[in-house]
Amino acid sequence: MSDALQELGAYIEAKQSDAVLSTSVANGELTVEVTPTALVSFVEFLKVDATCRFSTMVDLTAVDYPTREKRYDVVYHFLSMYQNHRIRVRAGVRDDEMVPSIVDVYPASNWFEREVFDMFGIMFKGHPDLRRILTDYGFRGHPLRKDFPTTGYTEVRYDEAQKRVVYEPVSLVQEYRQFDFMSPWEGAEYILPGDEKSEAKG
Amino acid sequence: METEYGKGVELMDGTKFDDAQTGEQKIRNFNINFGPQHPAAHGVLRLVLELDGEIVERCDPHIGLLHRGTEKLMESRTYLQNLPYFDRLDYVAPMNQEHAWCLAIEKLTGTVVPRRASLIRVLFCEIGRILNHILNVTTQAMDVGALTPPLWGFEEREKLMVFYERACGARLHANYFRPGGVHQDLPDELIDDIEEWAIDFPKMLKDIDELLTENRIFKQRNVDIGIITEQDALDWGFSGVMVRGSGMAWDLRRSQPYECYDEFDFQIPVGKNGDCYDRYLCRMQEMSESLKIIRQAIVKLREATGDVMSRGKITPPKRGDMKTSMESLIHHFKLYTEGFHVPAGEIYAAVEAPKGEFGVYLVADGTNKPYRSKIRAPGFLHLQAMDFVATGHQLADVAAIIGTMDVVFGEIDR
Repeated sequence: MSDALQELGAYIEAKQSDAVLSTSVANGELTVEVTPTALVSFVEFLKVDATCRFSTMVDLTAVDYPTREKRYDVVYHFLSMYQNHRIRVRAGVRDDEMVPSIVDVYPASNWFEREVFDMFGIMFKGHPDLRRILTDYGFRGHPLRKDFPTTGYTEVRYDEAQKRVVYEPVSLVQEYRQFDFMSPWEGAEYILPGDEKSEAKG
Repeated sequence: METEYGKGVELMDGTKFDDAQTGEQKIRNFNINFGPQHPAAHGVLRLVLELDGEIVERCDPHIGLLHRGTEKLMESRTYLQNLPYFDRLDYVAPMNQEHAWCLAIEKLTGTVVPRRASLIRVLFCEIGRILNHILNVTTQAMDVGALTPPLWGFEEREKLMVFYERACGARLHANYFRPGGVHQDLPDELIDDIEEWAIDFPKMLKDIDELLTENRIFKQRNVDIGIITEQDALDWGFSGVMVRGSGMAWDLRRSQPYECYDEFDFQIPVGKNGDCYDRYLCRMQEMSESLKIIRQAIVKLREATGDVMSRGKITPPKRGDMKTSMESLIHHFKLYTEGFHVPAGEIYAAVEAPKGEFGVYLVADGTNKPYRSKIRAPGFLHLQAMDFVATGHQLADVAAIIGTMDVVFGEIDR
C-alpha cells in the first residue's frame, strides 16, 4: 500500500513540480505540501488526471499554529472512488493571506470553506458566499483559533423582565478549571510550588 | 435584497408593498422559513426557501443551531475524555462514531485490537447501523404521511437499545469502544439474546416492507424525487447510501476494510435510479445485510474467547492486577488523570457509519490532548447539496428529501 502511495507521490511531484513543495508518506497516508497560490490548478489536476482521479472531496479544515510565521495549515482530503486511494493536501498560510477557493472544481468545498472562515477567519478568494455557518448570527471572533478562550466572550440567557434573550459578557462564578495532569518531570513548563525558594538561595 | 439573514431574504415587515399604493400587481417569489421547529426538519434545521408558487427556487439551509463547539472542547481534554463527545454527534448510532476516534488513536499509537474486541465492535457497529436505518426509514415514511412505521420501528429500536444498555450500561451515550478494545466483555446471555433477536427481526423488516415498499402513497412521494446522478454524488462529496443509491458500489467496509470486516460475507445493495425510493430500498436491504454480519459475528464470538483490551499503556490494567500490583495501581491512576500520550503525527481515520463516511482528522503533538481534531460528518455534505437537490421540486418534496438525506444535527453542527 505505501509503495503505491510513494509512487503516486513521486508522480504528482513530477507532474506538478511548481506547485508541490514536498511529499511524504506516513502512517499509510500520502501528504502533499503545496503552495497556496497554485492550489486551484493543482486540485484540478488531481481531479482530472487519470492516475489520480480524486473524484470526491472528503474534508477541508485548518490547523492553527500561533507561533509559526505561516500561522495556519489548510488541510484538504481527497478520495478516489475509482482508484481507491486517498490523499492529503496541505498548504501553509500566513495570517493576512487569502487562500484561493476551490468551489469551482469541487462544489462540495463550499460549506467547508465557510466553516474554516467561520472558525479560523481564513478568507477564501473567489468564494461565492463566504458567510459564517456554524456560529450564531452576529457572532464575533473565530473560535478554533488557539487564542480564543474555550468559554468564549459572551453568554446568553432569557431575561424575564425584558421577555427576550439577552447577550452578556461571560461571568464565571468560579475560575475556569484547567487542570494540568502532566507528570511534573515531563510536562511542567512553570516553576513548581516550592522550587522558587531554591532559586532565591542559589 | 441584502439583509442580516443573507442575500435574497425578504423581511416580512411591510416595507415592500409599493404595489398596494400604485395598484399594480407585482408577482414576486415568496420566502418562507422551514423550521427550526418543524417536525420534518429532523431536529433544528432552518431552511430559508424561496418559492415560486409551490416550486422551490432556492433553498438556503441555516445550520449551527446545535453547535456545541465539540472540536474546541476536545482540544482541552485528554484523549479518553474526548470519547464521550462522539456519542453526542450522531446520537442515532453512537458507537459507530466512537469507532472512528478509537481507530485514529490506534493507528497513531500502533495498537493492535484483540480479536474478541474486534468482533464485538463489528457486532455493535452493525446494531448501530440497524438502529439508524430503522429510524431513518420509518421517520421518512412519517414525513411523507405514514404514522404506523415509526411506531413499529421504535419498538425494535428499544430492544436494540436494551442490548446497548446490557453491554455498557447506557442506552444512548455508550462510551463503550475504547482505544485498544472495548470497555467490558459481553456476557454470554447477551450474545444469546442478540442471536434470538436476529431470528425475530426479519419478520419485523417484512412488516415494514409490506407497509411501505408497494404503498401507493409512499411511492408517489418518493419515486423520481431527489434524483442524484453518479457525477452529482461525486461533485458534492456524498458517501454511504447517498452514493450507493446512485449506482456506485462504494462501501468502506468492503473497499478499504477496517477492523475485521474483510472476513465477513455480506452484499452491498446498490440502487439504480438515485431517487429517494431507491435509497429507501438500499437502506431496507442494508438492514438484512447487517443482520447477516451480526449472525456471523455471533458465531465467531463464541469461538473467540480472550481479552477485550490490548493491555498496555493506553488501556487500564485488569481489576485483579490492581489489587495485587502497585505498578498497575499507579498506571490506572495516571491513565485516568493524566491520560495516555499519543505520539506526534496526523491521521485521518474513516469508518462507514450508517449515514456515510464518518472521519476523524487527528493532529497529535505528543501530549495527552489532541492538538486539533476535525470531525468529518457525512450529513454535513449531504445537507450542503440541499439547494442543488431541492431546487425545482415541490415544497412538499423538501420533507422527503431531508428524510432521505438522513441528517442528524448532532453531527452536522458538532
